[in-house]
Amino acid sequence: MGQLGTGAGVGLGLVSCPQTLSDAADAPGWVGFLGFFAAWASYMTNSPTLIVMIGLPARGKTYVSKKLTRYLNWIGVPTKVFNLGVYRREAVKSYKSYDFFRHDNKEAMEIRKRCALVALEDVKAYLLEECGQIAVFDATNTTRERRDLILNFAKENAFKVFFVESVCDDPEVIAANILEVKVSSPDYPERNRENVMDDFLKRIECYKVTYQPLDPDAYDKDLSFIKVINVGQRFLVNRVQDYIQSKIVYYLMNIHVQPRTIYLCRHGESEYNLVGKIGGDTGLSPRGKQFAQALKKFIEEQEIVDLKVWTSQLKRTIQTAESLGVTYEQWKILNEIDAGVCEEMTYAEIEAKYPDEFALRDQEKYLYRYPGGESYQDLVQRLEPVIMELERQGNVLVISHQAVMRCLLAYFLDKSADELPYLRCPLHTILKLTPVAYGCKVETITLNVEAVNTHRDKPSLNSNNLPASQTPVRMRRNSFTPRASADTVKRPRHYSVGSKPLDTLGRSCKSVKNPQNPKLTPLPC
Amino acid sequence: MLGSPACPWASYMTNSPTLIVMIGLPARGKTYVSKKLTRYLNWIGVPTKVFNLGVYRREAVKSYKSYDFFRHDNKEAMEIRKRCALVALEDVKAYLLEECGQIAVFDATNTTRERRDLILNFAKENAFKVFFVESVCDDPEVIAANILEVKVSSPDYPERNRENVMDDFLKRIECYKVTYQPLDPDAYDKDLSFIKVINVGQRFLVNRVQDYIQSKIVYYLMNIHVQPRTIYLCRHGESEYNLVGKIGGDTGLSPRGKQFAQALKKFIEEQEIVDLKVWTSQLKRTIQTAESLGVTYEQWKILNEIDAGVCEEMTYAEIEAKYPDEFALRDQEKYLYRYPGGESYQDLVQRLEPVIMELERQGNVLVISHQAVMRCLLAYFLDKSADELPYLRCPLHTILKLTPVAYGCKVETITLNVEAVNTHRDKPSLNSNNLPASQTPVRMRRNSFTPRASADTVKRPRHYSVGSKPLDTLGPFPSLEARDGADQPQLQVGVQVVPSLCSPSPPSPAAVGGPL
Repeated sequence: MGQLGTGAGVGLGLVSCPQTLSDAADAPGWVGFLGFFAAWASYMTNSPTLIVMIGLPARGKTYVSKKLTRYLNWIGVPTKVFNLGVYRREAVKSYKSYDFFRHDNKEAMEIRKRCALVALEDVKAYLLEECGQIAVFDATNTTRERRDLILNFAKENAFKVFFVESVCDDPEVIAANILEVKVSSPDYPERNRENVMDDFLKRIECYKVTYQPLDPDAYDKDLSFIKVINVGQRFLVNRVQDYIQSKIVYYLMNIHVQPRTIYLCRHGESEYNLVGKIGGDTGLSPRGKQFAQALKKFIEEQEIVDLKVWTSQLKRTIQTAESLGVTYEQWKILNEIDAGVCEEMTYAEIEAKYPDEFALRDQEKYLYRYPGGESYQDLVQRLEPVIMELERQGNVLVISHQAVMRCLLAYFLDKSADELPYLRCPLHTILKLTPVAYGCKVETITLNVEAVNTHRDKPSLNSNNLPASQTPVRMRRNSFTPRASADTVKRPRHYSVGSKPLDTLGRSCKSVKNPQNPKLTPLPC
Repeated sequence: MLGSPACPWASYMTNSPTLIVMIGLPARGKTYVSKKLTRYLNWIGVPTKVFNLGVYRREAVKSYKSYDFFRHDNKEAMEIRKRCALVALEDVKAYLLEECGQIAVFDATNTTRERRDLILNFAKENAFKVFFVESVCDDPEVIAANILEVKVSSPDYPERNRENVMDDFLKRIECYKVTYQPLDPDAYDKDLSFIKVINVGQRFLVNRVQDYIQSKIVYYLMNIHVQPRTIYLCRHGESEYNLVGKIGGDTGLSPRGKQFAQALKKFIEEQEIVDLKVWTSQLKRTIQTAESLGVTYEQWKILNEIDAGVCEEMTYAEIEAKYPDEFALRDQEKYLYRYPGGESYQDLVQRLEPVIMELERQGNVLVISHQAVMRCLLAYFLDKSADELPYLRCPLHTILKLTPVAYGCKVETITLNVEAVNTHRDKPSLNSNNLPASQTPVRMRRNSFTPRASADTVKRPRHYSVGSKPLDTLGPFPSLEARDGADQPQLQVGVQVVPSLCSPSPPSPAAVGGPL
C-alpha cells in the first residue's frame, strides 16, 4: 500500500466499508476501485447522510426522492431510495382500502412499523457495507414518534440526518398528483380513476389525524431540515450542516414541475468527423450543413413556446445554431471533452502513438483522463451548472457534442457511470425528453441526413488478451476536484493505483490485481 | 454600445434591474450583508451598488445628538428621514436606468410596511424587480458584538466611548422596535420575494424566488458565515518556466522554488493554524509546493492557471513577435481579452466562482495557486474592479494573509526572503500606443458569453463584439497598430497592505529581471 499514500482512503466512506477495507489491505487496486464507485463523493460528506422525507400522501415525496437521488448519483455521490410503500406491499400482498391506514387499525399499524424497521436495516446495510453515502427514506414519517425512532437509529450509527418536508395545501396540485402517479400504483390494479381518487383522499385523511409537521420554533428547532411549501413557492431551511446539505437545498430550490421539453442533439457532421479525428474546432461538412437546415425545419414544425437554444463555443455547434435563425446562447462549459495530447488525432493514430493510454481508456472509460485533458468524470463536474440551469428553465434545445450529450443524457435517464460513456448519441439525431411521472420519456428523431458513425463500442474483454478475472484497472487518478465538505476532519489525499501524484503526467501505470470483490467488479462485460 | 466594459454580461443574468431591500432593526448585520453581497455580485460581473440610508441621513443632519432623533414620535426627524429615503431612491433610479447598474441594494432598516409599500410602488413605476432580505436576530450577544465591532467607530459617535455608544445604540434599537413590522409570510407579504435570515444563518425562510440572480443571492447568503478565520493566498514556488520567462506550461519548481516551499512549511508551522486546509491546482508547481508542507492537501482542477491557448509556453517577447495584434489587444483590455483557444480573466472569474463559494463556507485555508488565479481571488476579497484585477501585484514567494474585519478584509503581506524572478507586467502607458487617449480603441473579440441565464423567457439578441462577427472570431483578427514597445508603466495597481508582520523586506528588491 506504500505508494498509495499514508492511510489512503481513510474517510473515504471507507470507515463505513470495513469488509472492503480488509479486502483491500493486500490489494493495491483498491483505491482505484473504490474511486470507481465512491467517486469524489467521499470528499463531500464525512459520515453518511440519511435524508428523511416527511409529508402527507401525494405531496410529491417520491418524486423529490427519486429526482434528488438521480442528481446525487450523477454528481458522484452514491445514493439510494428506500421507499416504505414497497416494503409494505411486500409484507401485505394485496391492498384493500384506506382502512389499512387508519390510525386506530392496531394490527396494520404494527405491520407498518415492522416494515419501517426492515427498511431502516436495509438503509444501514447500504450505508455501512455497500459504500452508500446517502440513503433517502421515502415514507410519510408524519409523527414525532416515528421521526424520533429514525433519529435514534441514525445516532446509533453515526449517520447525519436531513429532513425534507413537503407541505402542500393546494387541492388542485394534490389531485393532479393522485391522477398522475397513484392511479397507476400497484395498490390499485383496477386503475379506476374515480375509485382511486376517492380511496386515496380518504387515505390522506387517515394521516392527517396524526400529522405533526416539523415545528421549527420549538420541538424540532435543532434539527437540520428544509420545508418545501406549495411546490417550491416557499422554503424554510434550518441548520444546514455541511456542503452536501447545502447542495441539496440549492437543488430543491431550483427544480420545478412545470411541463416542458428538452431537446438534445449534437452539431452537424464536422470536417473532422469526416476524417475520423477527435476534438479540434472545425466547421460543418456539407452534410453537416444539410442537417442544420433539417434541424431548422424540425424546430419550426415543433412550434415550441419560448424555446431557448444553447450551444458550446466551438464552431460546429455555433454553425449549427446559426442556421436556425433564432437567438441562442453560447456556453463555454458545453465544449466537447478535452482530449489533451490526443486532440485532433484519429483513434488509430492514438492507438499507434499512445498504446498504453488507448488501452487504459478502454478499461475504465468514465474515469480515464486524457493526458493534459479531461475524463468523463471531469466533464460531469463541469456540466453540473448546465444541469442546474436546465432544471430552472422551460423548453430548451441543447446543441452540444458526443461526450457532453452523453453526460447530459445520463442525468435525465439515470444512467450509471458504467453506461454513460457508451450511450448512443449519433450525429444528426435529436433526442426529445419529456418529464413524465417519476421519469423522463425519450423520443429519438432521426432527420435522415447521412453522417459518419462516431460511436465506438467497448471492446470485449477477450480482445484484450487478458483473463477476465484479472482485469487490470490501471487508472491515473491522482487527484480529485474536491467539493469539500464543511467538516474539519482532515482526510488524506488519495492517489490512484500505481501512480504517485507528481508523476502522473508521465506514464507510470502498472498492472494491479482485482480485489476479487464481486460488488466492486468494475467492468460489466 | 453593447459589450461596452461598463455593462458586461451582467445584462444576461437579469432582464430588468433588481432592487434588493434590506429589512431589520439596527445592528442586525444589514450593512455587513449589503456590502458583502455587493462585493460578490460585482465580482461575478453584475454591476451592483449599495445605497446606505445612514449616509444620506448624516448628509442631511450633520451632527447626530442622540437616539431621540429616531423616536417614532419625533415628527420633524421622521420627515427628514423620509426625505432622505426619497433622495436615496432617486439615486437608485439613476444608477439602474442611466448608469448601467443591474442591482441596487437599499441598505436601511425599512421596518415599517408603510416604508416598504413606498419602495414597492417606486419599483413598480420603474419596472424594477424587488427582493427583500430581512435579518432577524434575537441573540443579545450577537447584537452587542456587532455594536462594538462597527457602531462604536460610526461617524455618529465621534467620541467613541464604548459605554455611551452601547447605551445610546440600544435605545435607538428600542425606538425602531416600537414600529417594527417583520415580513409576514403568511398573509400581508406572502406574494413578495424575500429571504428571512434568522439568527445569523441558523435558519432561512425563502419565499417566491423569481429568477436566476435571486436564486444565486439566496445560495450565497446561505453559504457565508461570520466565524473568525484566516485565508492565506500564495503562488507556487518559482518554476523552471518562470526562470526562462515562459507563461503557462506545467514545469516543476526551480531550486529557489523548492527553497520557498521549505520556507512556506516553516511559516505555516509557526503560524499554528487550527484545522488549516491546503488547496492546490492540478499543476506540478503548486503540487510540489504543497508536498513540501507534509500536510494533507486537496487539488482543484479549477485552480489551474489561466489557459493562454496558443500562447502557452511562450515568453512575452515571443508572443509579441509571433502575435503582435494579440499582444496589443491584451494590453488594451486585459480583463476581457481571451487568448485564442484559451481564457480571459473574465472566464477565469467564472471558473473560480465555486472556489469562492467554498472558501466562504470554510474556516482557515491556504490556497497555493497561480498569478492570474490569485489576482482573481484577491480581487474578490479586496473588492477590486475588473480594471484593476489583472494588474494586482501577486509576486512569487510572497504570502497574503487575509483576515475579515468589520466590513472588509485586512491584508498582511509576508515575504519569505527567498529570491525569485519578477513575473509582473505593468499596463503599458497609453502614450506608447500612438493613439490619442480619447480614442482608445476597444476592439475586443467578445463574440460570446457564458450565460448565467436568467429564468426570464424574454429573448435577448446574442451580442457580438465590436468589429467581429460571431463565426469568424477564431480566425485572424483585424490588425491594430502595433505598440511601440513598453514605456514607463503608467498605471500601477498595488494591493493595499498593512505593513508586513513577519518580514521587514518588501518584495521588490528580491525581484530580478523578468520577461519584459
